[in-house]
Amino acid sequence: MRAIITILAVAALASVPLWLRDPYLLNALITTGIFVIGAMSLNLLLGFTGQLSLGHIAFFGIGAYVSALTSLGFDIGLPGGFRLVHAPWPPIAGFVLAILIAGLCGYFVGLLSFRVRGAYFVIVTISFAEVVRLVALNWVELTQGPLALTNIPSIALPLPGIGELTLRTKMQNYYLVLVVALIAYLLIARLVHSHFGRSMRGLMENETLAVSVGIDVTRTLTIAAVISAAIAGAAGSLYAHYIRIIDPEVFAFINTVTMVIMVISGGKGSLTGPVVGGLIFGLLPVALRPVMAPEAQWIAYGGVLIAILFVLPRGIVPSLAQRFTRRRSGATALAPVALAETAAKEPA
Amino acid sequence: MSEFLQHLVNMLVLGGTYALLGIGLTLIFGIMNVVNFTHGVLYTFGAYIMFIVVQQLGLNFFLALPVAVLAGWLLGAAIELTLLRPLRGSDIDTTMLVMIGAWIAMQSGALWIWGGVAKSVATPFPEAPLVLGPVSVSWLRLFVLAAAAMLILVTYLLINKTSLGRAMRATFQDHDTASLMGVNVDMIYTSTFAIGSSLAAAAGALLGPVYVIFPQMGDLAAVKAFAIVILGGLGNITGAVIGGFILALAEELGAGYVSSGYRDAMGFLIIIAVLIFRPTGLFARAERVG
Repeated sequence: MRAIITILAVAALASVPLWLRDPYLLNALITTGIFVIGAMSLNLLLGFTGQLSLGHIAFFGIGAYVSALTSLGFDIGLPGGFRLVHAPWPPIAGFVLAILIAGLCGYFVGLLSFRVRGAYFVIVTISFAEVVRLVALNWVELTQGPLALTNIPSIALPLPGIGELTLRTKMQNYYLVLVVALIAYLLIARLVHSHFGRSMRGLMENETLAVSVGIDVTRTLTIAAVISAAIAGAAGSLYAHYIRIIDPEVFAFINTVTMVIMVISGGKGSLTGPVVGGLIFGLLPVALRPVMAPEAQWIAYGGVLIAILFVLPRGIVPSLAQRFTRRRSGATALAPVALAETAAKEPA
Repeated sequence: MSEFLQHLVNMLVLGGTYALLGIGLTLIFGIMNVVNFTHGVLYTFGAYIMFIVVQQLGLNFFLALPVAVLAGWLLGAAIELTLLRPLRGSDIDTTMLVMIGAWIAMQSGALWIWGGVAKSVATPFPEAPLVLGPVSVSWLRLFVLAAAAMLILVTYLLINKTSLGRAMRATFQDHDTASLMGVNVDMIYTSTFAIGSSLAAAAGALLGPVYVIFPQMGDLAAVKAFAIVILGGLGNITGAVIGGFILALAEELGAGYVSSGYRDAMGFLIIIAVLIFRPTGLFARAERVG
């Protein structure tokens, strides 16, 4: 049953460019897809380890900048009169480097910020993202600062024996994003259902207890942070090569908030939650555009976030899953532990 | 040397308003355990109240400050009653996200009402600065410092010398026991949020005329307030005042001797450094309200 639903959902998503010809809508779907990947990676931290990282956009932005600079090349002065010159590499190398360097940054940020918890963790992560934004804004020699990096090449896939396929059209980019999203989804799903995933959820539910049964909390959190940052870096790279221009605004706090809204509304700690929430909130601006001024849209955005937290605090997918399970089993109420189980094991 | 003295003078002026911002946030954070992301919007709101009273209604500049304080108090109380009171007992992440939602909605509201073009406020002070030997300071900035100092003093007295303040301190220490002793904890929460908000609005009303007023001005102010709270320790008013001046000094020196582009990075770097090396704040032993 679950496998059939999954296959149908993937088939439906894969068929979209075949019948949807509107380039504006297709563009909205591609950028939404990129943000859904970011939201899925955030969910790994927020939903499965319980750490609310509000600096997640830093890894997305680092991925975007690393990938763009790798494929554009740069020439910067170093202290002592040396110069660091990098000739342009193929964008696919940028994509790989973006994943590696974002993951590395995730390691260092995790190492430092997991020393604190709760509100302090949130504020440290925000601070990291803002420092990175200010560096991108002020290190003009490398990043062009507010003038933005332009003419970023599209991703080209090397095809053995045939040559290269440069992904220029929206349809090609749609499939690229869909494939990366599926890989990210499967990776996270596999991780969550592994022994490591149980450690993560264990320490989310009761950190003291997790420590007492021998879970290495810092190690578990840091590994989760590295994987989460690497996936966000991949999403950032896709973004840079699709939009083909990036400026320090990519690090704006509101972009993190967008990902958080996608995760919370869909259901944190649910694998499909960020996908459902991401599609709703990624496409909401498209639906609102004809009827609302941009400022009013953002008011609605904030209002919807509040409304979701009041009405569906656990998110759309877990709430629906719970209703479904309850109807099938005929039970009237579920114990809190069972609820958590349902949330973790919701139908994919 | 005279350059350094000038930085010190600027630090004093800036530090006063930063301290106001920090006190407001540290009260809310300390007593209610709410990470108040609307703090920056309240700052923006205070600045726009200044703009409305002085530029649009044509009323006296000195009247605008109490109006901004009162308006901030009312808006803060409204936020607490509608958004936070129903979520009493929720975890800190939920209230934090609700506050983020309120912040986005209110900031976009300001953009919708007043537009994105920066506004300035005419002041009754002379253009020529006061020159004292090697340093100079504008009369407006001196007024800002004096008004901030007065508001800090009033808040200090309110917390330490009134029965409301005693109830607030009791709630900070242990809200269950305070409740058992007859303290109306709900009322204390609403008052705390309203007082904190009115201080943020006052800071905005004071700094608005010094700089320019625009809808996103509160974002950086909020971050600076967080830096100050972390620096000074949770719920520590004296710590917030000292933290305000330390942040102002770090910014002045950073802008003067490193690069003006990194002025605003100072707050974030302080947050990261303090939380990594001394997570309870610089004045941890005195971590209490008062």
